[in-house]
Amino acid sequence: MLRLHDVSASYRGLKALQGVSMDVGKGEVVAVVGANGAGKSTLLRAIAGQVATTGSIEFDGESLAHVPAHMVTRRGISLVPEGRRLFPRLSVEDNLRLGAYSKRGDFDRFAPLELVFSLFPRLRERLMQRAGTLSGGEQQMLAIGRALMTQPRLLMLDEPSQGIMPKLVDDIFKAILRIRRLDVTILLVEQRLAESLEIADRAYVLQTGRVVMSGPAKQIAADAAVRQAYLGM
Amino acid sequence: MTADILLQAVIGGLLMGLIYALVAAGLSLIFGLMDVVNFAHGELLMVAMFATFSLWQLTGLDPLMVLPLVVVLMFALGVAIYHGLIARALTVQFNRGMVQIFVTFGLGIFIRGLAQFFYGGEFRSITGGMVANRTVQMAGIYVPLPQFAASLVCLGAFALLLVISRTEFGRALEATREDRDAVALIGINRDHIFAIGWGLGAATVGIAGVMLATFYYVSPNVGANFATIAYVTVALGGFGSLGGALVAGLLIGEIEALTALVLEPSLKQVGMFVVYLAVVLFRPRGLFGRL
Ligand SMILES: Nc1ncnc2c1ncn2[C@@H]1O[C@H](COP(=O)(O)OP(=O)(O)OP(=O)(O)O)[C@@H](O)[C@H]1O
Ligand SMILES: [Mg+2]
Repeated sequence: MLRLHDVSASYRGLKALQGVSMDVGKGEVVAVVGANGAGKSTLLRAIAGQVATTGSIEFDGESLAHVPAHMVTRRGISLVPEGRRLFPRLSVEDNLRLGAYSKRGDFDRFAPLELVFSLFPRLRERLMQRAGTLSGGEQQMLAIGRALMTQPRLLMLDEPSQGIMPKLVDDIFKAILRIRRLDVTILLVEQRLAESLEIADRAYVLQTGRVVMSGPAKQIAADAAVRQAYLGM
Repeated sequence: MTADILLQAVIGGLLMGLIYALVAAGLSLIFGLMDVVNFAHGELLMVAMFATFSLWQLTGLDPLMVLPLVVVLMFALGVAIYHGLIARALTVQFNRGMVQIFVTFGLGIFIRGLAQFFYGGEFRSITGGMVANRTVQMAGIYVPLPQFAASLVCLGAFALLLVISRTEFGRALEATREDRDAVALIGINRDHIFAIGWGLGAATVGIAGVMLATFYYVSPNVGANFATIAYVTVALGGFGSLGGALVAGLLIGEIEALTALVLEPSLKQVGMFVVYLAVVLFRPRGLFGRL
């Protein structure tokens, strides 16, 4: 479904990704793990069309080169970014509904709302609240909900557990598993190694912008050398 | 000073204030959306005034009849300015703030030059039409009909802007204003939103221009004074606030009218700048501005 070949990206000459190749199959949950600064967020942003890259990125057989970020979203790739990037002064409801903005004309474009509310009932209770006043966990739920409103086929999540209390982290991981059952492919970047490798089918280990290891998630999780060498755990 | 004179001044200030408010609303809309101050705003007003004048002169149509056409033209002009100039200025890497200032400043000079070239410097005015040179009497006070009609249209324009802000597009505008980089995540092309924002801003000042042209002289430099007042109004009301522009515009109109009662006419703008300075000192974000 998603295929990267020899993808590199840099910020003002500093290389953040160096020749990354990876495959994500339809219906899979793929985890990307690695230490701070390894380039995980850059990888997701590159796929989302937010940073310039060399190499090739294909989605459903079509190149994403020179496709502007908003068109990447419209093609069915949705990123829940680091820091969530909600619209803080808009209400929860407005944030969600805007997720369907580019589908104006589809009469059932708000249909995913029901799914979002069934995943995150808390959001339904807070529809009129300003997004900026939600707790960290609720904001993450809203960010995932907003992404689902674009009806993605590939959902990319950048550290969804960041800054969230453990109880809610569980909820969010459960939600990810439920989303996958709806035939949404998932690319997950996480600091929480154990949990993410538990729900993932396969994983890639990034170190200073390169893929240093990849394989079934179970295998990577079991590999003590990986933990020590690349993840510092 | 009799009560009548005072009442006359208050009503005059109210009517003028609504026009100031609408001019400011266009400026504030663009600024609020993308943090760009349009230094050619007065020239957009002037373009709308000349367009009204010329259409009236060429076709003999009532200035009020050409209003929709001029508004559409101004919208298109705003979109063209965004795509032709502003979008490019946003992509520069160095000294972006300066480039943005100079690009609209230069545009203003250019438009004024064009007007000078085509129309010359003399003052013109629209002498016909259904509101020209007529007055209405209300509670013993004579109100010039053009000003009265203008203020009604300006109020209507405010209502329309309010309606637009409540639509889904209005939400998208608000979202873009809050995080222009994040809207791509929901498939919104911010260039598109910015362009429409410029279109709306230009159309807004265009409405004010058409109505102003029914009673105010038209010349290449007519925008300068209104633009200055608009900057003061926006700063007073709070940057990016529609309600703020309305309240501040009315306030400015009243202050100007009342100052003119007590000071010489040539000093009539002193009052508004004093109030402005006081607001900037004690409430820098303006009356309704967000932090
Ligand atoms: N906007 C930017 N400008 C310059 N350098 C950047 C920028 N964003 C990231 N970098 C650099 O690129 C490298 C990769 O950063 P990235 O954010 O992709 O890492 P990460 O794996 O997501 O880290 P973390 O786990 O801390 O989120 C780092 O060295 C970082 O300093
Ligand atoms: Mg990161």
